[in-house]
Amino acid sequence: MDAMIARLTDGLSPRAFGLLAALLAVLLAAPWIANDYLLTVLIVILYLAYTGQAWNIMMGFAGQLSLGHAIYAGLGAYIPAVLFTRLGIGPWVGFLAAIPVAAACGAIIGFLAFRFGVAGVYFAILTIAFAEFARIGFDHLTIVNASAGLFLPVAQLAHNDLWRLRGSPTMFYYVILAATVFALILSRLLLRSRMGYFWLAIREDEQAARAAGIDTFRYKMYAVMISAAVTSFAGVFYAFFYNNLFPEQVFNISRSIEMILGPIIGGVGTLFGPILGAFVLTGLAESVTSALAAFGVDLPGAKQIFYGICLLLVVVALPGGIWPWLARRLGVAERER
Amino acid sequence: MGLDVYLNVVVAGVLTGLVYGLMALGLSVIFGVVRVVNFAHGEMMSIAMYIAVVLFSSFHLDPLVMLVPIAAVMFVFGYALQAGLINPFITRPEHSQFLLVVALAIIIVNALLIIFGPDARTVQTSYAYDSFEIGPVIVDASKTYAAAAAIVVTAALFAFFRFTLLGKAIRACADNYTGALVVGLNVNRLYALTFGLGAACVGAAGTMMTLITDVTPALGPGYTLLAFVIVITGGLGSMPGALIGGVLIGLTEALAGLLFTPSAKSMFAFGILVLVLLFRPQGILGRRLA
Repeated sequence: MDAMIARLTDGLSPRAFGLLAALLAVLLAAPWIANDYLLTVLIVILYLAYTGQAWNIMMGFAGQLSLGHAIYAGLGAYIPAVLFTRLGIGPWVGFLAAIPVAAACGAIIGFLAFRFGVAGVYFAILTIAFAEFARIGFDHLTIVNASAGLFLPVAQLAHNDLWRLRGSPTMFYYVILAATVFALILSRLLLRSRMGYFWLAIREDEQAARAAGIDTFRYKMYAVMISAAVTSFAGVFYAFFYNNLFPEQVFNISRSIEMILGPIIGGVGTLFGPILGAFVLTGLAESVTSALAAFGVDLPGAKQIFYGICLLLVVVALPGGIWPWLARRLGVAERER
Repeated sequence: MGLDVYLNVVVAGVLTGLVYGLMALGLSVIFGVVRVVNFAHGEMMSIAMYIAVVLFSSFHLDPLVMLVPIAAVMFVFGYALQAGLINPFITRPEHSQFLLVVALAIIIVNALLIIFGPDARTVQTSYAYDSFEIGPVIVDASKTYAAAAAIVVTAALFAFFRFTLLGKAIRACADNYTGALVVGLNVNRLYALTFGLGAACVGAAGTMMTLITDVTPALGPGYTLLAFVIVITGGLGSMPGALIGGVLIGLTEALAGLLFTPSAKSMFAFGILVLVLLFRPQGILGRRLA
């Protein structure tokens, strides 16, 4: 335990520690300050910060580009939701059931790809194909009500029921905040572990990593499975927060794209990039939508075009993302590894 | 169901598959030479489809007649895209190029959504309900024209790469980038040309596709995936492979639509992709993956 804490805090400057603590304090206090709208936006931001971190484990650390992460979130959403609506089993038990399924799904995709050197963008296409496969499959699966959608019963409760994840937006806000903090800690621990260094070696040069004796197949498999398992919790949250699930939405390729935008804009492979990216992107997108609404313009694709342009600009102008640049400005940049 | 039902579906599947093949050929050419995965391929196809639909509904110009002009427009689009946006990315990491094109795809889909709205649009030609009877098989006229046009365009492309100096120069770039630079080929211009040719292929395929199916802005990503499934199935970088993959996937979709339900048909295309990756990862006609 002490070793873990040491690994967590080692190399963290007092300044970085202070900034993190200040941010956490603001986020903890947010429900008292923010109105309902702002709280909902914050929930969306933290949701994307969480999924972005989960995706970052695979792409940012191990260098495996997945564009089908919606499948893991989708499985994490559907399995507990079905168990809840059909059998009355609570979401946390459902989550425990979803973890191995999501990890196994990641293992299947990883096995198919890594065994044959289906790498890089072709790996990305395989991940999309699986997510699309799941979308169409769930669209025809009667146990989840197929394309008609699965609805979770909504009950007015006098108090928040954390065990059954029924309650007010404030409760959900703290749940996703806790998940985001957990993901940050997990990411740092992973990155500082033996496996984390192996991942970085694979990301930088797989041939060299293999030559150095790293079992690249095994560690890439671990990356996919851990990333999938972490992502599955986002699905649990999604299901119980929104209370309705449609395969067309849950498994849609747009979900996968939304998950990766935060880390890319914030900085792929950095610890804080996914969180920063989620704040920047969602904050800007909400501002754009509000501004358009204020002018009486209601364009259904405007937000997505905005995402597209953001992605384009970052890829062209700031390939490393915003965080490395900002970290230098704040004086909290970690020493070059 | 009698045998003739199957025969009809098989013929229809093969005809649609040839148009798919032309679409995938565009992707294959771009990847084979420029080494950039054009993840906006289906989106470019939907641009061509919308041009065809607008020309038809506004000026009553038949898609078959507009095939060459639309392909030319898409050529210019592809050329400009490669020359202006993608060429500076040639030396960047693969995922960086990929994300650039993904961004482009997102912008195209949603721009089409804003301009044309979410509703499906169709091209109602005078021959939309015509058909030929060949023995027990009834062949849809639109699909026949579309497939014939796809074969003609494909043949022209094959001839271009085989017999013209420009085609040979492009193949030289694909075979050996450094060598092409050394013998003094203007690689950036040839890349732009190739991307233009790939775009022209997908433009022609899109124009023909309006004879077969309705157009909505949301089609793009699905076609992109389909094109990738076809190219991987047929074999990366193999031009005949793209065509064979297209026919195979067209056939699979048609049979899946008949035996199961049409809405589940692309599941079977993905199933084929997984089978190919399992048992023949280099694709049907492809060389071994490195």
